[in-house]
Amino acid sequence: MIIHHPLLGPRDAAEFTYMGDAKLIDRPDWQSETAAQEFYEYGYLRDNPAGWHKELWFHEAGDRSWLVVTRNTLTHEISNVELARDVARARGRSK
Amino acid sequence: MTQRNRFSTGGQIDRSTTHQFVFDGKRYHGHAGDTLASALLANGVRLMGRSFKYHRPRGVLTAGSEEPNALVELRDGDRQEPNTRATTAELYDGLFAKSQNRLGSLRFDLLAINDRLSNFLTAGFYYKTFMWPAAFWEKLYEPVIRHAAGLGSLSLQDDPDVYDKGFLHCDVLIIGAGPAGLSAALTVGRAGADVILADEDFRMGGRLNSETFALGDDSGADWAAAAVAELESLPNVRVMARTTVIGAFDHGIYGAVERVSDHVHTPAEGKPRQILWRIYTQRTILAGGATERPIAFENNDRPGIMLASAMRSYANRFAVTPDQRVAIFTNNDDGHRTAADLHAKGVKIAAVVDVRPDIPRSHDYEVLHGEVIDTKGRLGLTFAEVRLGDGSTRTLECGALGLSGGWNPNVHMTCHQRGRPTWNDTLAAFVPGPDLPAGMCVAGAANGTLSTAGALREGHAAAVSVLDLDTSDVDLPQAEDTPVAIKPFWYVEGCARAWLDQQNDVTVKDVKLSHQEGFRSVEHLKRYTTLGMATDQGKTSNMGGLAIMAELAGKSIPEVGTTIFRPPYTPTAIGAFGGRHRGQDFHPKRLTPSHQWATEQGAVFVEVGNWMRAQWFPRDGETTWRQSVDREVLATRKSVGVCDVTTLGKVDVQGTDAADFLNKIYCNGFAKLAVGKTRYGLMLREDGIAMDDGTAARLAEDHFVVTTTTANALPVYRHMEFVRQCLFPDMDVQLISTTEAWAQYAVAGPNSRSVLEKIVDQDMSNDAFPFMACANITVCGGLRARLFRISFSGELAYEIAVPTAYGDALMRKIMEAGAEFEITPYGTEALGVMRIEKGHAAGNELNGTTSAQNLGMGRMVSKKKDSIGSILSEREGLNRDDDLRQVGIKPVDPEAPVPAGAHLMAMDGPIDAAHDQGYATSACFSPNLGHAIALGFLKNGSERTGERMRLVSPLTQVETEVEIVSAHFIDPEGDRLRA
Amino acid sequence: MHDLKPLTALGGSEPRIERFAHVTIAENDGLALASVAARMGFEAECHGTLKALLGAVPGPGQAILHDPEAGFWMGPDQWMIGAPKDTHELLADNLKVRFADTASITEQSGAWVCFDLIGPGMADVCERLCGVPIRKMVAGDAQRTVIHQLGCFVIRRADADHLRILGPRASAGTLHHALVTAARSTA
Repeated sequence: MIIHHPLLGPRDAAEFTYMGDAKLIDRPDWQSETAAQEFYEYGYLRDNPAGWHKELWFHEAGDRSWLVVTRNTLTHEISNVELARDVARARGRSK
Repeated sequence: MTQRNRFSTGGQIDRSTTHQFVFDGKRYHGHAGDTLASALLANGVRLMGRSFKYHRPRGVLTAGSEEPNALVELRDGDRQEPNTRATTAELYDGLFAKSQNRLGSLRFDLLAINDRLSNFLTAGFYYKTFMWPAAFWEKLYEPVIRHAAGLGSLSLQDDPDVYDKGFLHCDVLIIGAGPAGLSAALTVGRAGADVILADEDFRMGGRLNSETFALGDDSGADWAAAAVAELESLPNVRVMARTTVIGAFDHGIYGAVERVSDHVHTPAEGKPRQILWRIYTQRTILAGGATERPIAFENNDRPGIMLASAMRSYANRFAVTPDQRVAIFTNNDDGHRTAADLHAKGVKIAAVVDVRPDIPRSHDYEVLHGEVIDTKGRLGLTFAEVRLGDGSTRTLECGALGLSGGWNPNVHMTCHQRGRPTWNDTLAAFVPGPDLPAGMCVAGAANGTLSTAGALREGHAAAVSVLDLDTSDVDLPQAEDTPVAIKPFWYVEGCARAWLDQQNDVTVKDVKLSHQEGFRSVEHLKRYTTLGMATDQGKTSNMGGLAIMAELAGKSIPEVGTTIFRPPYTPTAIGAFGGRHRGQDFHPKRLTPSHQWATEQGAVFVEVGNWMRAQWFPRDGETTWRQSVDREVLATRKSVGVCDVTTLGKVDVQGTDAADFLNKIYCNGFAKLAVGKTRYGLMLREDGIAMDDGTAARLAEDHFVVTTTTANALPVYRHMEFVRQCLFPDMDVQLISTTEAWAQYAVAGPNSRSVLEKIVDQDMSNDAFPFMACANITVCGGLRARLFRISFSGELAYEIAVPTAYGDALMRKIMEAGAEFEITPYGTEALGVMRIEKGHAAGNELNGTTSAQNLGMGRMVSKKKDSIGSILSEREGLNRDDDLRQVGIKPVDPEAPVPAGAHLMAMDGPIDAAHDQGYATSACFSPNLGHAIALGFLKNGSERTGERMRLVSPLTQVETEVEIVSAHFIDPEGDRLRA
Repeated sequence: MHDLKPLTALGGSEPRIERFAHVTIAENDGLALASVAARMGFEAECHGTLKALLGAVPGPGQAILHDPEAGFWMGPDQWMIGAPKDTHELLADNLKVRFADTASITEQSGAWVCFDLIGPGMADVCERLCGVPIRKMVAGDAQRTVIHQLGCFVIRRADADHLRILGPRASAGTLHHALVTAARSTA
């Protein structure tokens, strides 16, 4: 597969390491009342859709960016690639 | 032997170059430009092999890569290559080949008895027959069947040749260099785009080399040669002959195998036999041509019976006829071309048999309306029986019979992305469907356009469309433009032992039987009968099987559908997929800066995360590794030892939020760590299980150096980047690996300070540089270095680091400075012994199933801050009272073994999983204690010190009575560390 | 002054050179290297210092082939700076002074082995090693990719047939073997 890196353009998927569902960005608040339940869901409950899926890929043999890749798991079509850092910020993560 | 079936003129062979070759021990001659098959036919050899199951005599069916029959063992010795198609093996001087799958000689194969037993060897034979007794399968049936069936044999020696991998980029990849491919390449090449033109054949031109049609004023072959010459002169065109594109993968990536040295006796020094190319392309024009299909009838597999188009290839390209008396059996006009071409070369045409009533007549030879119903000839065709349209029969004397059942476009590559072909009634064949791999278009015969002029036009049009050119007018040469005239006809009524798949010996009867037994899906048919499952993947046979299935099921062929086409297009050597990654080059080696020095000391090395680490340093007189390791341990604890610890992962963590960042990745706190101090850190996974451990040294307020275990350096770095980029994107923290930037040595033992005082340019006293101190320093009068007072061994110890280039020199300097203390280099075994003696957890304990609680570090998990894994580490299941805890294990009998991996059981009661109490993780012989020791995990282990248990390993039949003790076997108070 | 003698990445006292008819593979032992990563909130200042140092800020996939300091992009807001070791042994320390609190500097001199591939066969050799589009790369293109399972930087230098490869130093021997093998293969 070819992943169109937002900074580096088309790169062979062989340069990347795959991690799975990009929901891993949405790590729960450790001080939440229901933190234990939320972390359980965060850690163990993932979707595995046949179709469009947002996934985390690490450009291990490249610029070491984590990317959020929107990929159709049936066709391997990739519709969008974003820097995970930008996605994380857009989802309200900070520090 | 003379080349008695070679025409005196014509063909694209080089008659001035004669090659000698040996087939089945006999010497023959051929010419440059021959294949093994064409050279054998030229010499009158029709019999080339025995069939897979029935050991029927077989010759060539085709003249190309679709060949199911003429498979040979090419070359001898360690270069022997089984199942090589004689039709694609390029002749070279000294070629050596043997027929395969025979017992005895090819002419008198003892296993031909299988053919007489054929009634018992039908579809599903193995499934039905060898069911019982069960033990017989492995011991009797399978060995016998394996011996009798199967194809060529392996050399059972290492392949002496090498294979390369390579990477190419282009704007347009053109697959196939026939009329369509060449026409496309000329247009794209002239337009200046980067083109790769790949063809599996060693001579480009495709069918142009096999036909007698003219292109304009030239012969097809001459036009092709001129086109190739022009393309080769263009700097933007890469012309790749002998290169098979084997698969269309995602997003414009294609695999291609270039046979660099298959056409020579031995590859030139340093040259690969083959190259597996990974081609990245924007657009692809598939011009892979079409494959003619045979017609099935009784005994249609005798040597001499072949595709009519293959006969034309042999005649027109190689100047060879398979026999001097030839008949043709056809259902379409194309078959008649073969008769005309051969007749023109002086070959006697026994007759052309056409299943169609209204057929073209000829003045030159007899044309019959009818069907071939049977053949004769034990080792080669002698007679063909024909049933004429009026019901009468006739016997034709002929040594070769050409079959023309129509053409199948080579749609394979169009289907590699789950595309399905569509049925075309005019051609009675599948053509590429609408769902092509992105960026691909198809031209010429592969697209169902079977005329030469059509191929030229489509190739050009494809080129215009992929480049979006506005020129539509082009000067294409005049060429043959005959429409296809065919009557679908797959097999002769009433036939039974009529071969569909000649390689896997599948007959019309087998397909009918499978239908009768209820196999309705084409995928089931394939697997039950093995139709199309051989190395040729049914290129000449699948359609016949589908047609019969359709007929029996009362469906149309497209309703039945095809099986799925998968890469590779033709068989590909495993060696090509392995490339250079073989033997010593299987994966990279990582050498520490002191590797050369360690080699000089006679070190025995062990591979850890690709690193070559010194395992121990044997000395004269030591006969076992234990002697060396015991000596290294004792010497270090007594005086001083030195160990290369460069391999530990190191990550530079900087930024104003660096301490906060470490607080996230480690379960214990780092914010309050003073500058100039080092702290042990335990990293958890988010599920609360330990991931890795190491130290973090604070070199400045905003600068830490973090270490990881050797094996986990990469995944830990990846995890740290995940935390930084995905979880806390606004933290001011920067990461970079410095694992290889520094050479690092552990100097351990009571005299370590005395040794380093001679090297380090600063005060080393306990006050100035206490336990867990760290600093940027200089050594040897000015070289920048880092010093850490940390200890894995439990002794007074330091780790000292210098830039990698100086590692060798520093090691030699340490040895020189330590000479007066008899400093001893120690390897990973002694390192392991000392850490077990000290009770330090390592990879065996951090094994992906253990929590901080299990490791006895539960209290380290800070609840005052957010860190990865802290919440889930509080889960009930990880905090049970009877949970596993790290313990020490020692044998009651000092001589008894305590193997790692053995399980702890109560002194009484059964030994089984239900009564399992825990297990030993790391074990060694402790030279300081004089007996074996182990670390392990035991239920509620921290409360069970002093208890006697059994440590059992049923697998190795060990059962040892042990005592549960503290995991800190040596210096539990840590006095030595702080000395 | 210390008396410790450095070794090259291949373990010799002198850099290794392999000459083939079509390409020369030369171990380059003369580079001092340090990474520069912009501190959050100080990106503009960091860019300014980079520009002053190199003449321009290398963008993604780019190197600035400047003397005596050159630099290439490693990742978002991260660059590698290189300079002759003879004159810049303490490159990292010097950069720390120059960038002050606007960037994190890490010494990288010991982390890499550098090979220069020079000659008309350079592109052929490169095509047997890695997937960078070598024939489309122009001077100043710098890509990180995989060679024989090793993460390497591949930098197209100013001369038409000059390629620089930086690979992990501990695997210098493996990388050198891969380069020489590819050179023999394409000779």
